Amino acid sequence: MGFLDIDNATKSYGKVEVLHNVDISVQESEFLVLVGPSGCGKSTLLNMIAGLEEVTSGEIRIKGEVMNHVHPSKRNIAMVFQSYALYPNMTVGQNITFGLEMHGVPKSEREKAMDKVARLLQIENLLSRKPGQLSGGQRQRVAMGRALVREPDVFLFDEPLSNLDAKLRVDMRTEIKKLHQNLGTTIVYVTHDQIEAMTLSTRIAVMHNGYIQQLGTPNEIYNSPSNLFVATFMGSPSMNLLPVRINVDGNDVQAETTNGKGEAVSLTFHNPSASLKEFNGKSVTLGIRPESLTDLEGADQRSEHIETINNTVDVIEPAGSDTFVTTTMGNTECIGRMRADTNLKPGAETSFAINMEKVVVFDPETEMRIA
Amino acid sequence: MAISSQDTAIRTGRITRTFIYLVLTLFALFYMLPLYVMAVNSLKPLSEITGGGMMALPQVWTIEPWLKAWSTAQVGVQATGLKPYFWNSISMVVPAVAISTILGALNGYVLTKWRFKGDTLVFGFMLFACFIPFQIVLIPMAAVLGVLGIAGTTAGLVLVHVVYGIGFTTLYFRNYYAVFPTELIRAAQIDGAHFFQIFWRILLPSSGPIAVVSVIWQFTNIWNDFIFGASFSSGDGAPMTVALNNLVQSSTGVKEYNVHFAGAILAAFPTLLVYIVAGRYFVRGLMAGSVKG
Ligand SMILES: Nc1ncnc2c1ncn2[C@@H]1O[C@H](COP(=O)(O)OP(=O)(O)OP(=O)(O)O)[C@@H](O)[C@H]1O
Ligand SMILES: [Mg+2]
Repeated sequence: MGFLDIDNATKSYGKVEVLHNVDISVQESEFLVLVGPSGCGKSTLLNMIAGLEEVTSGEIRIKGEVMNHVHPSKRNIAMVFQSYALYPNMTVGQNITFGLEMHGVPKSEREKAMDKVARLLQIENLLSRKPGQLSGGQRQRVAMGRALVREPDVFLFDEPLSNLDAKLRVDMRTEIKKLHQNLGTTIVYVTHDQIEAMTLSTRIAVMHNGYIQQLGTPNEIYNSPSNLFVATFMGSPSMNLLPVRINVDGNDVQAETTNGKGEAVSLTFHNPSASLKEFNGKSVTLGIRPESLTDLEGADQRSEHIETINNTVDVIEPAGSDTFVTTTMGNTECIGRMRADTNLKPGAETSFAINMEKVVVFDPETEMRIA
Repeated sequence: MAISSQDTAIRTGRITRTFIYLVLTLFALFYMLPLYVMAVNSLKPLSEITGGGMMALPQVWTIEPWLKAWSTAQVGVQATGLKPYFWNSISMVVPAVAISTILGALNGYVLTKWRFKGDTLVFGFMLFACFIPFQIVLIPMAAVLGVLGIAGTTAGLVLVHVVYGIGFTTLYFRNYYAVFPTELIRAAQIDGAHFFQIFWRILLPSSGPIAVVSVIWQFTNIWNDFIFGASFSSGDGAPMTVALNNLVQSSTGVKEYNVHFAGAILAAFPTLLVYIVAGRYFVRGLMAGSVKG
């Protein structure tokens, strides 16, 4: 049993089921991020935890108590909305203390709580302003203050940073992370930004079409995606996927493909699993992250197994900290990540190092990972 | 080249604009004419009017017709002037406007933020109420007022106007609240505010513009109503519009046009005042729902 349990929860609107048998158990002071493309049901799930949407079947429990029919205000949760949802007619101070007032907390205590939160978020000088007179970042802080002041069991965030500009988003991201580290609260956080998901979470639930595709730590999600959807959704640039043929040769298993000039290339797998050997002679999808496809000097020194192939450079895209190099394997464009100061030119022949410890293999039919 | 053509563009713009303003001024004068006639003639002795010259300014200025219309003219059985009827109208309009506006706001709140099965149907029926001609309901309404025991009273008129007005006020508030962010309501729910707390503390404070629209609309319609006033009021309880009609109709002997004009302006005065005080909010309120997404 966890701190917050989502137990076999489904949600239907009329006949349409938009969430299918969701099972997540969140431990105390965990930071769970729900991530997925638009319309996959993240907000719906969050609203079900908040009590703003009914649970069609299954159970939501907080600290072991069934919450299905408990009013939102009695679940001891707080929520930060995408639009911040600050009450426009009230000052910042009133916004922050409204919840306490509604819960019958005496005025003196309300003010003490407000001061504490205002100091924490550095919004003391804004307390008498109206939300209309604040910048986006300040509004965001006030919205968090309103959630923090209640000292809830669970914080719910619905895309709280998506209305901010890029720079502010990164700053606020760090602040939220700091807040979580300092206060150790339990957080469920919705975003469709995979970088936010990776940086903030202790665990990620990747959602698609109302299904949880994979639930795991950022490391598991990134390095061992359970299917093609998770593999391509997480990571930027996204994972290279190329068709290869499996060839079993005694204890060795090789992936056979071609380079840009159509010459045969074969890559030997590192510690091939038994299930991979069953695909002998069949076609599978090989997944290589851009950072696992690099030049010899840039290859991971700690990796025990690097394969080298010669290939032609198609396109060079300098991106400041890295340079992205496009090449062709198995008739598919692949992106490799190289050092910023690489002096490759388009059309050049060069050696690419592939970190075989990090490659993954998918069954093209079921789209599930084989190895 | 470019400069000179820009120059002509400005000049033609100026010519068109002058023309437009000229036409607009003419229209304005045309629309103001009746008010001018009424004002001028209400300040003349009767002899000047009957001697012709409706358009002329008074030779002898007098406020006698105004005083007579207000306090001594023969309206009902007694020569009371319009004064008591003016208060009749006030005591009908104020509660009717207040009640129909508050109910409209509540309806709009429920129809947008507490939606239930069949809510669009309910709203459809309410809209339908806006288009029922008054004449059709006169007899059933009289029967209902009779059953309730408030036939011929101000309370009865208030009820009639509230029932008739709810369709419009609901329409206004529903459209206004439809674009009011639902996340605010959800935030308030999580904060622990209940149905009426959300209404009073969150929704109403942001409803200024549409409340003004609703009040102006209701005030004008109820104040100006004649058919309900004539049908459902009795003698001394009649509203201003009915009294004005009686004043004009019942004058025995000579028709005192100057008194009639003064009475008509008195009857129109409150709606005029409401427009002047709140008119600009009216336009703003009507626009508010349509512009903001
Ligand atoms: N009231 C409703 N009636 C019917 N279907 C709905 C309703 N609300 C949401 N849905 C559907 O449920 C699905 C999930 O919606 P949800 O808002 O949870 O998506 P989301 O993952 O939060 O997307 P986004 O990133 O765009 O916010 C969508 O396909 C949506 O069309
Ligand atoms: Mg959403």
